Amino acid sequence: MPVWNRGTRGIRGLSRAVALEGSQKKGRSLLQFLADRFYDVQALREYLLQKQVLKVHQKNRPFTYIKERFGPHAAGAYFILKQGGAVKFQGKEWIRSDAHGHFSLDFLKFQAVPVEAVDASGCAINYQGLDSLLALKELQSLWLQRCPHVDDWCLGRLHPLANSLQELSLAGCPRISERGLASLHHLRNLRRLDISDLPAVSNPGLTRILVEEMLPSCQVLGADWAQGLPSGPEEQSQDRASPIPA
Amino acid sequence: MLRRALQLGLGRGLLGRGLLGRGLGTHRGGSTLGKVEGSGGYRGSWVAPVSSYVTFRTRDPAHDGKTVGRLGEGDQNGKVSEIKKKIQSVLPGGAWNPPYDTSYLPPEHSDVVIVGGGVIGLSVAYWLKRLEKPRGAIRVLVVERDHTYSQASTALSVGGIRQQFSVPENIQLSLFSEYLAVVDDPPLDIQFNPSGYLLLASEKGAAVMESNVKVQRQEGAKVCLMSPEQLRNKFPWINTEGVALASYGMEYEGWFDPWCLLQGLRRKVQSMGVLFCHGEVTRFVSSSSHTETTSGEEVTLKRIHEVHVKIDRSLEYQPVECALVINAAGAWSGQIAELAGVGKGPPGTLQGTKLPVERRKRYVYLWHCPQGPGLETPFIVDASGAYFRREGLGNNYLGGCSPTEEEEPDPGNLEVDHDFFQDKVWPPLAQRVPAFETLKVRSAWAGYYDYNTFDQNGVVGPHPLVVNMYFATGFSGHGLQQAPAVGRAVAEMVLDGHFQTINLSPFHFSRFYLGEKVQEHNII
Repeated sequence: MPVWNRGTRGIRGLSRAVALEGSQKKGRSLLQFLADRFYDVQALREYLLQKQVLKVHQKNRPFTYIKERFGPHAAGAYFILKQGGAVKFQGKEWIRSDAHGHFSLDFLKFQAVPVEAVDASGCAINYQGLDSLLALKELQSLWLQRCPHVDDWCLGRLHPLANSLQELSLAGCPRISERGLASLHHLRNLRRLDISDLPAVSNPGLTRILVEEMLPSCQVLGADWAQGLPSGPEEQSQDRASPIPA
Repeated sequence: MLRRALQLGLGRGLLGRGLLGRGLGTHRGGSTLGKVEGSGGYRGSWVAPVSSYVTFRTRDPAHDGKTVGRLGEGDQNGKVSEIKKKIQSVLPGGAWNPPYDTSYLPPEHSDVVIVGGGVIGLSVAYWLKRLEKPRGAIRVLVVERDHTYSQASTALSVGGIRQQFSVPENIQLSLFSEYLAVVDDPPLDIQFNPSGYLLLASEKGAAVMESNVKVQRQEGAKVCLMSPEQLRNKFPWINTEGVALASYGMEYEGWFDPWCLLQGLRRKVQSMGVLFCHGEVTRFVSSSSHTETTSGEEVTLKRIHEVHVKIDRSLEYQPVECALVINAAGAWSGQIAELAGVGKGPPGTLQGTKLPVERRKRYVYLWHCPQGPGLETPFIVDASGAYFRREGLGNNYLGGCSPTEEEEPDPGNLEVDHDFFQDKVWPPLAQRVPAFETLKVRSAWAGYYDYNTFDQNGVVGPHPLVVNMYFATGFSGHGLQQAPAVGRAVAEMVLDGHFQTINLSPFHFSRFYLGEKVQEHNII
């Protein structure tokens, strides 16, 4: 098979035959080194990705010991504080973890005091971690702004909080689309819903109207209904008048 | 002078060989019909055996003067077998490395051959590659006849996923379908709508529905039973006349885009190193052995050795030596099973039990209704069997109905019968949702169910007699949601010899012979 072998040998020969100087040569040989070990580099990248995924899973593990010993509210609060969020018990102040991730464990003494509000903005909560949140039966306010792993499947799980939840914020979550928002109709007591700035929603203005129809007693904060509509006649004539940009 | 004459004589011999060589070349089963790039290469390839044929002739002084054509003498025996091997290799199916491009052909050896590249076949391939130890241990080949998936049930499916089945194994299978949300890198968005399923039951079916919900709840499905009153409160646009009970699935239920899943699986599976072939399986070459069972009966066990894969739009085929064959051909699995010899025997025996999976045609219609139900619409299945779901944000709906046994349409083609919508789908839906009195049908299509005529449930596991053929088919319209779990179960069966995560032994092939039905009542 002289044709094929000559081909590949030719490419390698070419890379060695071309004269390069200094750092360019070093850079080239590093790339050549990596390219020769393509499958090893791929395996390393996959391993690093798996480690990242495992890290998120580890953050969302269930805290069964705390739940059995101190009750579901304390377990939920511990979970949120560990992730870097903030928790407000009924009648108490907001408890937040500091810059190093440390927080006081005083709340474990509140035996049956329910959690009223949870601020989980930016936390790495995922589908599994929602188990800890769903145990908070008297939660009134839930803020999930900019959570990178909250997606449509998670929204489908929020229905156990229907009796108590009054305020929900999903602003800036990159994985939420209008399909997940359709499952919010279970939350009959919802009074404030923030669905602004959702990049995965295909038609934000229309989605806001449809969600408003779905939840009649809820105030929906979202995209302006006129967003996405074609521009009016005044704007069009302006374009025609000044074709050359300033 | 004598030398000169010998050389001339041998030269003529060379010509003779060359002609003979060209003659043999054209016998290669039709591949001269255009797949080969330039017949110059063809002729060039024939120089090799001819020249080596000639060279060891001249080097043997003992045979000077003899005409070429004399074979099989003394120390030429080894060379003779070499020549025979070379001649055999250029006939179709030989292990020869041609200099022209053969990348369209499947490999000559493959550990596992999966017949069918739909969602079930790809799921089995994914799990085989994921569960194998060490990495790259198994070579998997997926043979798919149609790369456009124009008739594949996966692509034409409505895409629903639900927990509300009546058989515990089915419910467990659907619970496992949450793997659909975590298919590996890159993150796959299958456009899942978690809106849930709403099954409506009349007076007659209310008791069955209650017992089904009890089974579902035992397996962990989140289902709630609703009375007509509660139904009216929740969904005011439903007309609850004739509805005695409704079961509403709250979690892991809804619908998604099966094409996204299919393409995502294809990409993932290709990145894991599974080989694809665009061809059709035309023949299985197998061997039989006779043994006795413990009770003294004679059984014939078959083992498939080769799969003949015929390339699309060509007469060329490639025999692929394999260790296992997985039948995931969906609506066409019955034909593949027949090729393997399943069902060839006296009726009533295990040899004579055919695979009872056949193609059934189902219609799906897309209509627009401006006053129709809003964003919260679940996947509604009426007591009459008609179903519909919301599609997108523009008041479009997808729906259909399963025909009764008498009105089964002819599965020969995928033509749509629009009268079926007028007569069988629209009236029950318009009665259930009064807003659907005014609607406009936008489009319609038809797809196949791989319908299991025995009990409408899948067949998973090896065949008792054809020992290396595994089935993963016959899901009768629910293959899409059960694909991840079935793939995992088959991969575990192949790699470990038994099921580990879910026990799918009730779905074994032998139930067709033993007559044990695993009847699923909640089939749409």
